[in-house]
Amino acid sequence: MKPVNFDYARPADVGAALALLADDSLSVKLMAGGQSLGPMLNMRLVQPDLLVDITGIEELKRVEEQAGEIVLGGCITHADIEDLRVPDVTCGALPSVARGIAYRAVRNRGTVGGSLTHADPSADWLSILSALGAKVTLRGPSGNRTIPVEDYMLGALEADLRPGEMLVSVSVPKLSRSARWGYYKSCRKTGEFAHAIGAFLVDPDRGVSRAVIGATESRPIVIAEASHLVGDGRAERLDLAFDGQATGAAVEAAGMTDPIDRQTHVVALRRAIERAHSA
Amino acid sequence: MTEQGVGASLLRKEDDRLLRGRGQFVGDVRLAGMKDVAFVRSPLAHARVGEIRIPDSCRSQVFIAADLEGVKPIVAVSGLAGFKVSEQPVLAFEKVRQVGELIAMCVGDTRAKAEDVAACVEVDLAELPAVHDMLKAREGDSALVHEHWGDNVFLETFVDVGIEAAFDAPIKVSREISTARQSMAPMEGRGTVAYWDSRMEQLVLYTGSQMPHIVRTGLAECLGLDHAQIRIISPDVGGGFGYKGILLPEDVCLGWLAMRCGHPLRWIEDRREHLTAGANCREHHYRITAYADRDGKLRGIDCEATVDSGAYSSYPFSACLEAAQVASILPGPYDFPAYRCRTWSVATNKCPILPYRGVARTGVCYALELMLDAIAREAGLEPHEVRLKNLVKPEQMPFDNITKKHFDSGNYPEALERALAAMDLKAVRERQKHPEPDGRLIGVGHSIYCEQAAHGTSVYSGWGIPMVPGHEQATARVTPDGGLELRVGVHSHGQSMETTLAQVAHEILGIDIAKIKVVHGDTEYTPYSTGSWGSRCAVMAGGAVATASREIAGLAKRIGAHLLQADPNDVAVAQGKVVGPTGSVTFEEIAHTWYLRPQDLPMSVDPRGLESTIGFKPVRDSGTFSYAAHVALVAVDPEIGDIEILDYVIVEDGGKLINPMVVDGQIYGGLAQGIGTALYEEMNFDASGQPLASTFADYLLPGPTEVPAPRVDHMETLSPYTEFGVKGIGEGGAIAPPAAIGNAVNDALRPYGAELLRSPMTPRRVLEAISAASKEKSTEAEREEAA
Repeated sequence: MKPVNFDYARPADVGAALALLADDSLSVKLMAGGQSLGPMLNMRLVQPDLLVDITGIEELKRVEEQAGEIVLGGCITHADIEDLRVPDVTCGALPSVARGIAYRAVRNRGTVGGSLTHADPSADWLSILSALGAKVTLRGPSGNRTIPVEDYMLGALEADLRPGEMLVSVSVPKLSRSARWGYYKSCRKTGEFAHAIGAFLVDPDRGVSRAVIGATESRPIVIAEASHLVGDGRAERLDLAFDGQATGAAVEAAGMTDPIDRQTHVVALRRAIERAHSA
Repeated sequence: MTEQGVGASLLRKEDDRLLRGRGQFVGDVRLAGMKDVAFVRSPLAHARVGEIRIPDSCRSQVFIAADLEGVKPIVAVSGLAGFKVSEQPVLAFEKVRQVGELIAMCVGDTRAKAEDVAACVEVDLAELPAVHDMLKAREGDSALVHEHWGDNVFLETFVDVGIEAAFDAPIKVSREISTARQSMAPMEGRGTVAYWDSRMEQLVLYTGSQMPHIVRTGLAECLGLDHAQIRIISPDVGGGFGYKGILLPEDVCLGWLAMRCGHPLRWIEDRREHLTAGANCREHHYRITAYADRDGKLRGIDCEATVDSGAYSSYPFSACLEAAQVASILPGPYDFPAYRCRTWSVATNKCPILPYRGVARTGVCYALELMLDAIAREAGLEPHEVRLKNLVKPEQMPFDNITKKHFDSGNYPEALERALAAMDLKAVRERQKHPEPDGRLIGVGHSIYCEQAAHGTSVYSGWGIPMVPGHEQATARVTPDGGLELRVGVHSHGQSMETTLAQVAHEILGIDIAKIKVVHGDTEYTPYSTGSWGSRCAVMAGGAVATASREIAGLAKRIGAHLLQADPNDVAVAQGKVVGPTGSVTFEEIAHTWYLRPQDLPMSVDPRGLESTIGFKPVRDSGTFSYAAHVALVAVDPEIGDIEILDYVIVEDGGKLINPMVVDGQIYGGLAQGIGTALYEEMNFDASGQPLASTFADYLLPGPTEVPAPRVDHMETLSPYTEFGVKGIGEGGAIAPPAAIGNAVNDALRPYGAELLRSPMTPRRVLEAISAASKEKSTEAEREEAA
């Protein structure tokens, strides 16, 4: 299990990385933390001519706090978030989820942008960032475009990247003081890939009520208007409003036909709601 | 007991090296000019091999079956009547019979370059229907793994001891129980480094092996070499568990090429090779019926057991050891009057089965112990009441059971009672009456087994496999400075023998442990041995070292008595000295005299000097019987299907423990593997025989957070047949957990009337069992309504 022979480049800015990506004569692969790509290279599932290491790009490690959101560079690591080197605007949601990603060794190197681009359905960031209503910004030959996290994933291991494009940042909305969120994942063992994820956010002041069922076979199931599942968000116990049957029906309509999978995922969402956190 | 002798919990001598990262494993061997090998392996489970195309640019770096002139296939025949012989080709020709089977050996300056070469080799394969289900494989219309056999059965065995007498029992419980196929997954995989030593005219082969001498014998057969032309070095070994107890086709390939190519070669198994080509153990299936009286007394066991033996009979244990053993060990530690068992060792398109820690016992214990709980539920008794009714009692020892297994000693009921007391069964039953705040279900379960270990000639000559253990030999040699060298043919793959065998010699000679060096893992330096397997080293190598040490004591006394001017009958060995009526002389002085000042010795001195190679066999070689009771407390999440082990108690009896701390280590490691079998480890195959896990993301092993710290209690019932009364205990930790945890899960699921009968007990299987039980309930309710 050794990779094929490849060239390696470590550009200093996004422009240089895009220039390398633009060479159609080569098979080019970007690498951020390398926590998934490393093993894939070794198993020769990926056989690039050129590996472009983007962890030397300062812009991708930047954090910018703006009025309604915080913008995280694509190479912010899970540990940066876990250790609060990145300011938390999510009432604890992101640091708390970061703490549960794989193992510390993976969190030290793994990045938010890399995880979203790898597009593994069982990844944590995909589900929680979809629940929070985060967006990704992609830059390519024709400039920037910004799309919701859940739309960035096209399917298992497939991100919506056009030729020559790369992810540069993730924008996470600031939650209000009234916000409540929850996250529950079911894993066979500590640090292992999840087989069911439930995540939700209610933010009554901002009029947001979202629920996500993740770790499916493909894209997470996002219920963008979830007040029928969690009420108006102001009740003391949100789970009293939870409708398991309606959720089950929604999950089934999204294509999850196996009854045990369905049960597990509905329970995961219910438990996320039962464990609602607030600021 | 002395401070360093038998019974002392000494820190391990080998840890100074291993814990500082200074161990030397095969992967650490660096030889000048060494090149790496990668193999082209079959991507299909069953196919005809057609043309193999090798680009001219790398023809000299690729070797296929047609190149290996004169190399014989690996053959391991059992002498049991009706056994069908398989020939495992070193490199496949005509047919491939498992995914991962070797087709071509490719050489490169680095492993990456060797893999580049392998990627250039094109193999035409015509796919054949795969035999992937051992039960269907027994049916008449199945595809055949070995066409000339006419069926897929390596061996069928049958035993019937008056089963008809049980048929009128008031309780009859039937179940279908099975265990999944597993990979042994030692931390260090297999690996081989080979070169030809032209001075010694010898093929030198480093391979992480539990049984270096047996590898040499097997390799000599395949390559047509004299034994003296082969030296096997097994350096530090990072876990074996049975996987490192066989002759690999890779060893034969590298050996063959190393004799011809003029430079050293290396192959290091990677994890994908291990998982996809080496999932080689535990796959059992039982159809079993237990008969009992209302009070729980067992009247008989009737069983049909099938073992998926894979494509070939591996050397030296053969394809039938596992299934045929099921028949002889299924009765476990119980005394009952009627028994019938039919077994099949079935050939399939999977890799050859190997004996994994516990061998057939883990599956057998799971099947039988689940049945005892099923009887208890049927009879309305506590599971331990059923067990206490049937366990062999201490006053029956030594005891010959229904399959003529000879139990040397033990108090099984006490082990069970102590374990249940430690768990406080009453408190658990009380707790179960009230719902848990988190909605989970609590269950307690236990299991008890016996582990036959160090069984020798009388047992293995019956199996008739290529290797039958006889006397185990050790060489003891006093060095000129009064230290002691011990040379043994067994090898440590984690057993701590550099410490424990030194403790045995210390017990007899009193030489300081720091001055006792254990030499093993090299055929050039050690007496022939079948090696480390069957939990035999403490009994056999320990016995050999004790015997050799006594010889040394006798020799040293003769010289010491002369130096002391005393009668040899008036001196004794103690604390590294020969002590006489008026003074003492150290081993150092005795050795110095023998080796360097022979002028001080009389003409009549014993010419054997201070060295002895001598063999040992226990008084009876039918094996020691260690045993343990395991009790698990679990919480089952009925919505998600997760199982958490809340508490775990083990009461174990391994006879005299040479080093109790080492025994604890053996138990912890075994428990972790048993939990893997119970809850996590499973290699699934699809209908075309493709293994469905190729990394540890898909093949789950328990990690530190999944293995609880067990509470371990020791009993010490001595074996009447061995040195010091020791018993083998190396495998036991891995035998009982699936049964104890399985019974605990079924206890937790009682409110649902659900029962799980397959390991691993995954969340999905928990939920399926609950769902099946609730469907059954509603069907019953409908029936009642209709009536």
